[in-house]
Amino acid sequence: MQESGFKKRYILLGLYLLAVMLPLYWLLNMSFKTNQEILSGLTFFPQTFTLDNYRLIFTDAAWYSGYINSIIYVVMNTAISLAVALPAAYAFSRYRFLGDRHLFFWLLSNRMAPPAVFLLPFVQLYSSVGLFDTHLAVALAHCLFNVPLAVWILEGFMSGVPKEIDETAYLDGYTWPRFFTTIFMPLIKTGIGVTAFFCFMFSWIELLLARTLTTVEAKPIAAIMTRTVSASGIDWGVLAAAGVLTIIPGALVIWFVRKHIAKGFALGRL
Amino acid sequence: MAEIHLKNIAHSYRENPQSPADYALKPCDYFWQDGGAYALLGPSGCGKSTLLNIISGLLQPSEGQILLDGRDVTRSSIQDRNIAQVFQFPVIYDSMTVYDNLAFPLRNRGVEATAVKQRVREVAEMLDLGDILHSRARGLSPDAKQTISLGRALVRNDVAAILFDEPLTVIDPHLKFLLRRKLKQVHERHQLTLIYVTHDQSEALTFADQVVVMNEGQILQVGSPQELFEKPAHSFVGHFIGSPGMNFFDCELVDGHALIGSQKLRIHHGGCAQPAERTQIGIRPEFLRLSDSAGDHSLPVMVESVQDLGNYQIASGQLEGRPVKIKLDEEQAVGTGPAHLHFAPEHTRIYLDDWLCEAKP
Amino acid sequence: MINKTDNNRAWLLVVPVVVLVAFSAIIPLMTVVNYSVQDIFDPQTRIFVGTEWFREALLDERLHGALGRQVLFSLMVLLIEVPLGIAIALCLPRRGPWVSFCLILLALPMLVPFNVVGTIWQIFARADIGLGGWLMTELGFDYNYTASPLDAWLTVLVMDVWHWTSLIVLLCYAGLLSIPGAYYQAAQIDGASRWAIFRYIQLPKLTNVLVIGVLLRFMDSFMIYAEPFVLTGGGPGNATTFLSQQLTTLAVGQFDLGPAAAFSLIYFLIILLICWLFYTAITHLSTR
Repeated sequence: MQESGFKKRYILLGLYLLAVMLPLYWLLNMSFKTNQEILSGLTFFPQTFTLDNYRLIFTDAAWYSGYINSIIYVVMNTAISLAVALPAAYAFSRYRFLGDRHLFFWLLSNRMAPPAVFLLPFVQLYSSVGLFDTHLAVALAHCLFNVPLAVWILEGFMSGVPKEIDETAYLDGYTWPRFFTTIFMPLIKTGIGVTAFFCFMFSWIELLLARTLTTVEAKPIAAIMTRTVSASGIDWGVLAAAGVLTIIPGALVIWFVRKHIAKGFALGRL
Repeated sequence: MAEIHLKNIAHSYRENPQSPADYALKPCDYFWQDGGAYALLGPSGCGKSTLLNIISGLLQPSEGQILLDGRDVTRSSIQDRNIAQVFQFPVIYDSMTVYDNLAFPLRNRGVEATAVKQRVREVAEMLDLGDILHSRARGLSPDAKQTISLGRALVRNDVAAILFDEPLTVIDPHLKFLLRRKLKQVHERHQLTLIYVTHDQSEALTFADQVVVMNEGQILQVGSPQELFEKPAHSFVGHFIGSPGMNFFDCELVDGHALIGSQKLRIHHGGCAQPAERTQIGIRPEFLRLSDSAGDHSLPVMVESVQDLGNYQIASGQLEGRPVKIKLDEEQAVGTGPAHLHFAPEHTRIYLDDWLCEAKP
Repeated sequence: MINKTDNNRAWLLVVPVVVLVAFSAIIPLMTVVNYSVQDIFDPQTRIFVGTEWFREALLDERLHGALGRQVLFSLMVLLIEVPLGIAIALCLPRRGPWVSFCLILLALPMLVPFNVVGTIWQIFARADIGLGGWLMTELGFDYNYTASPLDAWLTVLVMDVWHWTSLIVLLCYAGLLSIPGAYYQAAQIDGASRWAIFRYIQLPKLTNVLVIGVLLRFMDSFMIYAEPFVLTGGGPGNATTFLSQQLTTLAVGQFDLGPAAAFSLIYFLIILLICWLFYTAITHLSTR
């Protein structure tokens, strides 16, 4: 069975990966072209290789601050989500308490709330507490969908850790905070890594809230990309280069968690 | 049922095995008789799982052939061999009922529905699975799951042999006994060829007619439990089987005596005096006796401690600076201190380079 | 499953989450509810209108259209991504030097921001400067996503499949890895066909991860906004105008706060209802 299926499997896999990579390649290819070349016809490789598109982005503060803003609120969001979700997930995985199941479903229901629903209330809310156009506003807004998800994923991993470990630690005289940080968290580090990955991912790719809650100071790169559209048409080269640059932080994150992807994505639910 | 012949089988996980150490299974030639109950015994990593996987067809041996009733199946697929296997951890199909689990091997082979029904009922009755036949397999206890695995092996009436890979590992101790008895009953009633892999000697000795002892990829001895006990073919077998294991003393053989340190023990060693790198005499703790007076086959010993283990006692001591263990009746009163150790001459064995040397009369 | 102990002090551990999510969810939700029952001319002039906005929203043709397109889209997304994801996961090697390489390539699209996904496909699918559009034209298709509603639809669908199938692949792959080798060996000994191995060994092990995958994919596809917005702005016509975009047009574009709020609540309730039904059905099935 292994040998006969061998070839066909890998052909299908190869074709799929090729299909996944082609659009990305095309973006990369265009980012190294001049606009004249892009518009003059289809070329599979840049004929006149140029770094001008990237130079423009890296020298214009309006451009590169977009990246910095995005990275700041994404990191803030990931940290906040993990910090509050870890103890909560522990409570859900270990204890029965008043209203636990309703609370869990209510939390999850927030993951299901379309950002578009909360658009206007958020603007009013954050304006009234003076957070509008700050990184914190976006980070907090993204908590709406990331915290429930983080609790959900972490709860799965934590349920896989035998309860005897907790009990032994308490018998050995550990306090809860010390047990949790020095014994428990290392046991679920794959889970924490995967949760961080999901939080990073959903915060990084979200546009609607990030764009609406910011105007200047904390404007994300995704919103700045609309600048390439002007009266004279679209600056395709810069648009492509900006697109390529939004993929790089994600690629780095994937590189860091690559060892955990294979098993960690089971999310502890097997 | 069939007779299995392993013809010069050897296996290495390396591409080009050079030294014997490269072999996970060193060359061997062996017959498994039709209807025999065999145990494959050895410590973990000794090659017993490799041997088992070669028989079942999960692994292709790098050398040699496997013959089932004279038919060469070395290159045959697992399905064509008709060999069933029960694994260490119970493998059941979670989403099916117990009935469907048992019927699965038959349905896959296109057996018609009425025959399936009849066969499954027979097997379920044999294994006392009747009560749970229509419940989901998922929530059952490990022993019930393992019984179902056994049932899937038994349900086919064309199986050549059933292989067991440490099947009782995850079973509660008090249920192990029950499951083993069930297995024994099945064997007696149906005369199946059973090969049972284990590292637990009591499991092997109670289950099997013939025990195959392996170590470091090599079959060291094949024999009945009694033979393994009385005449271990290799010092490893002596150590591994029996509790406590056999006593061994390095010695020199000089005309009718074994020289252990400065002491001389009278021993019959006709034909075993050839040069060897290591000469030892071995004797089981059961065949040693302690007394206050010296005798024909005795040596002075220093008894250091005596342990009462219920219906027998184990005395530990030193003989010429070498540790020795003696198994005693519970009644015998023994104190620590110097004593005389008597060797039963008919059970004193000579080992040359770890292999048993049978002295000629 | 762990035996949980009763302990109401566990609430202390949950308080931070509750406070944080309540801040981000309850206050805004109350605002939405508040709007949905009032007619607001300016901050000082508000009139209570009861369920009028709800009735209006429920009868709104545009909402019906967007809802219909949305349900069809989410359904197709699931019907394509789930089987395709499982198939690709089955194709992946279980070990070896290529595993990491394949996983990294697969994970890459997931971390592309929504609007950049739109941009990538906006470029890629153009017949003049994009490889995909050019290929379609070369192959003889009359393909133009800015003019043909069907082409636009298919492009948004392909875009979502490109973006998110990897999530299903990775979840399933992790599920497959957790199956001990003995199961496959036992299946071979039992003479199981390739299909039987999939149906009785692999698929049951995938249920748990698939529930998560399907729920996530359903929720997110039901909230799709940026991709069609960037690609065609919801056009041509309103062929790719889904619920989120319809809502933002109403709320931000026309500033009809009352109807938009009523619309929001209906929208939210639909997602909740479908997720709840799905989740109950699955847990019911698996405990039967």
